[in-house]
Formats: sequence, C-alpha cells, structure tokens
Amino acid sequence: MLKIEKLSVRYGTVHAVQDLDLAVAEGELVALLGPNGAGKSSTIEAIIGLVAAGGRVEMDGQDISRLPPELRIRRGLALSPEGRRVFAGLTVAENLRLAAATRRDRAGVRADTDRFMELFPVLRARMHQPAGTLSGGEQQMLAIARALMTRPRLLLLDEPSLGLAPRIVQRIFEVIAELKAGGMTILLVEQNAAHALRLADRAYVLGAGRLQYQGPARDLASDRLMSLYIGG
Amino acid sequence: MEYALQQLLNALAFGAEYALVALGLAVVFSIMGLVNFAYGEIIAASAYAVLLAVAVGLAAPLAAVGLAIAMGILASVLLERVAFRPVRRAPLTTGLLTAFGVSIVLQNLFQLFISPRPQALPLLNGLNQTLMVGPYAVSSLQLMQLATAIVAGGALVWFLNRTTLGIAMRAAAGDFATVRLQGIRADRVVAAAFALSGLLAGIAAVFVLARRGSVAPDMGFMLVLKAFVACVIGGFGSLAGAALGGMVLGFIEVGLLVLLPAEYGGIKETLTYCIVIALLLLRPEGLMGTRRELGDKEA
Repeated sequence: MLKIEKLSVRYGTVHAVQDLDLAVAEGELVALLGPNGAGKSSTIEAIIGLVAAGGRVEMDGQDISRLPPELRIRRGLALSPEGRRVFAGLTVAENLRLAAATRRDRAGVRADTDRFMELFPVLRARMHQPAGTLSGGEQQMLAIARALMTRPRLLLLDEPSLGLAPRIVQRIFEVIAELKAGGMTILLVEQNAAHALRLADRAYVLGAGRLQYQGPARDLASDRLMSLYIGG
Repeated sequence: MEYALQQLLNALAFGAEYALVALGLAVVFSIMGLVNFAYGEIIAASAYAVLLAVAVGLAAPLAAVGLAIAMGILASVLLERVAFRPVRRAPLTTGLLTAFGVSIVLQNLFQLFISPRPQALPLLNGLNQTLMVGPYAVSSLQLMQLATAIVAGGALVWFLNRTTLGIAMRAAAGDFATVRLQGIRADRVVAAAFALSGLLAGIAAVFVLARRGSVAPDMGFMLVLKAFVACVIGGFGSLAGAALGGMVLGFIEVGLLVLLPAEYGGIKETLTYCIVIALLLLRPEGLMGTRRELGDKEA
C-alpha cells in the first residue's frame, strides 16, 4: 500500500533521514523504532508531506511525493501526530467535525462519531469541552479519533504513548490492537519498543537516520534490539 | 444630559468603526501572523470602485454599498493571491514588508490613474442625516455604524463557531499544519480569511465615504493605523480583543475631546497614545491577549 524509496530529509546540513526504503502492505501493522533523534518523526512527517524530502513516496503505486499534506490525506493517509496537537481552543466535537470536513456522508460521520465514543468512552462526556482542558491521555485518544475520522486506509501513529501513565498506555495499545483486528493498516512510531513489537507484524529500526534493521517483529529479540539502540 | 448622550453615541460610533477595521486586520493576523498594512488601500479601492461607477453613470446608493463591499472582497482576495501567498512561508518580516510595498504601489496607482488629490464623491452623503430621537439630535450614520458593527460582530461569531470553514479558521490560528492534516486545503482557509477581511474593509469604506464625501489615495491610512492600535490594545490575534480595543480607543478619543479644554485640543493624540502606552505597561499582551510561548512555535 505504502512504499518509500530512498527517502532523505535534511535540516540544513544535518541529515535526519538518509536513503530509507520502507514498505507497508495492506492490513499490516509495521513498527518504526529507534532511539531519540534516529529520524522516526522526520520519516513520518515526510510521508505525510509536512517536511520536504528527497526520494519517492508511493501510495497504491502512485507517486505522492509532490502532493501537499491535505491531498495526501485525501489519498487515504492520516496522522496522529507526536505531541497529539489537538486544537486546544476547539471543543472535542469541533475537533472531530474538522477531521470530517472533507467527507460528504453525513450519516457515516455520525456513525463514526458514535463508534469513536464507544472506543474512547471518556471523550463522550467531554464532547463540548475545549480539547485543551483534556488530560494527556484523553488528548491522545482524541488525536487518534480525529485521524480515524478522515477515513484513512493507512494510519500513521507517531509516539502515541509518549508521556502517558502506564494505565493509559495500556488502553492506547489495546485500541491499536482493536484497530488492527478491524483490518486497519498501521505504521506505528514508538519509543516503547517492547510494547510496539508485541503488536507489530514487522519492524524497522532506524539509527542516526539510516536503516539498521528490518524484518519480522518476532525475530527482533530484545538483546538484538538493545544493541541496535545503543549502536553496538 | 443631552451632551453626554451625544458624546456617548460619538464614542460608540468611533469605536464601532475602529472595531470593524481592527477585526479585518485581526482575522488575517490570527491565521497568518501577517499585519496587513495594505488594508487601508483595500478600503480605498472599495471607495474608488464607487467613484468609477458614478463616473460611468451608476449612481444608486444601494448599488454603491454592494459594489464597495464586493470590491473589498475582490481586492483582498486578489492581493492574497498575487502578493501574500508567494511569501507565506517566508519569515514574518517579509510579509510585513510585502504589505508595506503593496500599500505604496496601490497608493501610487490611485495617484497615477485617478488623481493625487481628493475627488468629491457625495453619493453616500445621504446616509449621514440628523435624526430627531425625542429631544435628541443623533446622526443616522453613527447609529448605522453601531448597528452594523454589532451585526457584523455577531455574524462573525456565528461564522467562526457554527460553520466548518469558520472552525477551520479558528483551528488554523493555533496550528496551521495540523489543519492541513485534516485534509483541509490551506489555500482555501487563508483565502476565506482574506475574503472576510475584505468584506469588513468594504463596509468600512461605505462609512468613510458617507462621512467625508470624497475619496483620496491615502484615505484608509489613518483608520488602519488606529485599527492597528486597537488590535494592540485588545491583544493581537484575538478577535474579541480587536473589537474591544476598537471600542476602548473610541472612548479614549471622544473622552479626551470632551474633557480637554478647547485650547488644548491639539494634544488629544498625544494623550491618547500616552493612555495606550499606560494600558500596555499594565497588560503587555493586550486586554484579551494571552501570553504566547514562542519557544516551540512551529515555523
């Protein structure tokens, strides 16, 4: 579904990502791992079009590297960004409404809203509350619901568990597992490698902007992963 | 009593006009971080459109109002497309300099193709009549300004809270990149902000025309400067702040006019800005502004 060839992201003279090849097939959950500064978020931002990048990004065999982010969303990509970035001044309902702005199926939007309220019951009580007043965990749930509201075929999750309490992290990963079980294709960037590997089909590990490992998630034993992280 | 009431209406009417223009600046600023100093020329363009219409024989006041508003929207959207869009990703100072450049170019075009001198245009003077409300003589224009500002403000609040485009504009004011992640076209949100801003410029042009009965290349300049001050008082980027700041400025100006003896009338402006400075010393972020953390602001 998604295919990336020779992706490079540069900030000035710093290479954040260099010559990265990566692919995600339909129905897969692929984990993108690596230590801080390895280039994970830059990769995600390049896929969605928020940063300029060299190389090629293909969705369903079509080159989308030159499209602005809003048109990539319309091709079926969606991102729950790092740091959640919910619209703090807007209510939960308004956040979801914006994400549905490009959809014309009103009944479908209502049905999805109900579905997300079931997935994240805490949001239901907060529908008319500014998103900025939500807790970190609730904001993360809103960020995921918002991404799903655009009806993606490939969901990009950037650090969904970052800075959250263990109980909330557990809930977030349960939701990701539910989404995968429902057939959603997911590319998951995660610091919490152990958690991510339990769910993932395949994994890529980045280090200093370059690919260090790729293969089935279950083959990535913890000692091997550790050595990749510390650069051994 | 009559005098006090008269001055109250004066202050409200001045305040309403400043508030309208300040809202026009703030709508664009809140989304783009751009202080559109060419805004006065958009107001002038609206007025010149009426002048040209009269010159070719279209002299119906109602049509003139519609024409001024349409021209305001058109000029604003056009400037965004040709002047501001190319520098949208550039540093904020580039946008500011672009706005000054556009302002100078437009003023020169008015001077070159029409006249550097004010042109009489009494078509809308009829809006400005003295009405007797009971024992009080009030200006119909002032009442209209006040009513229009209230209606426009209300419509703006409705638009920003009830329509998807309005909600997108509020969201874009905080985090433009993430709005694009919802599949919403950035260009459309920005164009809508400029259209809204132009609409308010068109309305302002009608009022300025009705009051002064003439057009001039620099007719919008002082008004936009005052509106800029109103935005600063209210807190730049805040729409409610812009409206409130406009009203505050109107009350300060009229208040000083009333309180100062006639022979000291010349220092009205000086005192106005002293009061503005004092306000900003007390609340540097403006009356309704919030302190922004600029450290992690996205470029």
